[in-house]
Amino acid sequence: MQHLRTIFTGRGLVIAVPFLFLLLFFLAPFFIVGKISVSEMETVTFKDLITVKDGVLTLALKFSHYVFITEDALYVKTYWASLKYAAATTVLCLAIGYPFAYFMARARPTAQPALLMLVMLPFWTSFLLRVYAWRGLLSEGGWVAGLINGLGLDQLLLAAGLISAPGQLMHTPFSLVLGMTYTYLPFMILPLYGNLAKMDLRLLEAAADLGATPWVAFWKVTVPLSKAGIIAGSMLVFIPCVGEFVIPELLGGPETLMIGRVLWDEFFSNNDWPMASAVAVVMVLLIILPLALFNKYQAESQEARP
Amino acid sequence: MKSQRLAQWFSKSWLTAGYLFLYLPIVALVIYSFNDSPLPNVWRGFTLKWYAQLAHDEELLRGLWLSLKIAFMTACGSVVLGTFAAFALVKYKRFFGRTLFSGMVNAPLVMPEVVVGLSLLLMLVSVQRALGFPERGMATIWLGHLLLGMAYAAVIVQSRLQDLNPQLEEAAMDLGARPHQVFWLVTLPMIAQSLVSAWLLTFTISLDDVVLSAFLSGPGSTTLPLVIFSRARLGLNPSVNAVATLTIVVVSIGVIAASYLIARAERQRQRDMAAANRA
Repeated sequence: MQHLRTIFTGRGLVIAVPFLFLLLFFLAPFFIVGKISVSEMETVTFKDLITVKDGVLTLALKFSHYVFITEDALYVKTYWASLKYAAATTVLCLAIGYPFAYFMARARPTAQPALLMLVMLPFWTSFLLRVYAWRGLLSEGGWVAGLINGLGLDQLLLAAGLISAPGQLMHTPFSLVLGMTYTYLPFMILPLYGNLAKMDLRLLEAAADLGATPWVAFWKVTVPLSKAGIIAGSMLVFIPCVGEFVIPELLGGPETLMIGRVLWDEFFSNNDWPMASAVAVVMVLLIILPLALFNKYQAESQEARP
Repeated sequence: MKSQRLAQWFSKSWLTAGYLFLYLPIVALVIYSFNDSPLPNVWRGFTLKWYAQLAHDEELLRGLWLSLKIAFMTACGSVVLGTFAAFALVKYKRFFGRTLFSGMVNAPLVMPEVVVGLSLLLMLVSVQRALGFPERGMATIWLGHLLLGMAYAAVIVQSRLQDLNPQLEEAAMDLGARPHQVFWLVTLPMIAQSLVSAWLLTFTISLDDVVLSAFLSGPGSTTLPLVIFSRARLGLNPSVNAVATLTIVVVSIGVIAASYLIARAERQRQRDMAAANRA
């Protein structure tokens, strides 16, 4: 009785409503995916795992999808490529975003709200349309394509193996990683800025007093202190990139197969639900460590405030 | 001195280049929406014909109307659920399953949408097989968007609640306010700004979502992003540029108006606080 009473108080309600919502619509579906991934596919639907026939209870688990994923060269290659492109995107976002956030946080305090607003503003315009715009910019005769080819940078990209023919930028690893870097850059900048703006600048003065050059102080004081921001930002970029679908579909090509697209095709084109589920389960297993890391730092950054 | 000027110059150029990178595609979309040539990247003079065509584009308009309805419901629902979740996490440091709860609140921010979409759909299908409902359509898309929007709203409201001075609420309680009065008269006005930001952000997230909508939509419930996505897949299409420009204009006006109102309310609040402190 006591329990029931507490649930109907304000406190109980505030916790119970979102908790139940998430349990029901976020957590429970994962178990269903897990169940379907070991089910047998019938013509239109999947079989139940447990059947009672002639008074005999049978449990049928089918692990062939998992066996197939781990043995099939294409699947292994696709998972590997997804992790590779996501990692490359994360590194690029960090390389561009860290100095960006740093300079933002050290700009005049009066200018900072406007600088922050300018980073947030693209969030409010459609992500789909911004990715789509890159198709125009990178295809033949586009502004960016003209610039890159005019400067001869396409030879460099060709030598690096990021494009396969000079001047052809679209549908290559280059256009894919560029699109993902573009899309996820604000997700890197925002946590880093939040972290760097809070930093106590007297620590840098102390470092200078003790004889550190600005460069040394940056690497020995600023960077270690921004570790939480670096990890949060990197995970915010890396994890969604692994399963990204829209960007590979619009900017990638046949050689840049990513696992999000494979899952999509298994589901929508092949109608193979158990296979799509198995692909999803393996994807979740691959990102579970980064996910735990993200949750830890996200919770810490939200709670470690004064 | 010279090295400091060099550092200044470097910092300014880095920021400028970064903003150029962020805004280049938006500028390109707007400019090419006025291009007379249907071919991308070939400028043939100014025209408004793509905008005129939009008015007769039944598929696009139907998608837009559906998307606006879903986005409105998503934004309202997300702000309520997200505020609940934020309160639970900020106000109550100990309750059963708190770690799981905080993980579930944050996970949709990063979880690949294909996974969330697939799992939610498979669950809805299982429920439908057992109970005969729900049919896939507007309600199921809304459910998916709510999951995503709630996570974003929770993060925004949470960081605002974190910065609040708890003494203000305690003072109200000392002065005899009941808990619900404290909430409506003290806490809510102070977090109103973050609620508005959360509403706007979740509205745009819903208006923009492709993957969840694709999994959760049923026959006849094609949202605007699904229409745009299927056209963009086929190639470049000037009507898409026109839609993009219109949304950019509407969103910019909305965001500028909202931030103006928020800034004004904030200044008013600062003045009130200063006056209260003087008194």
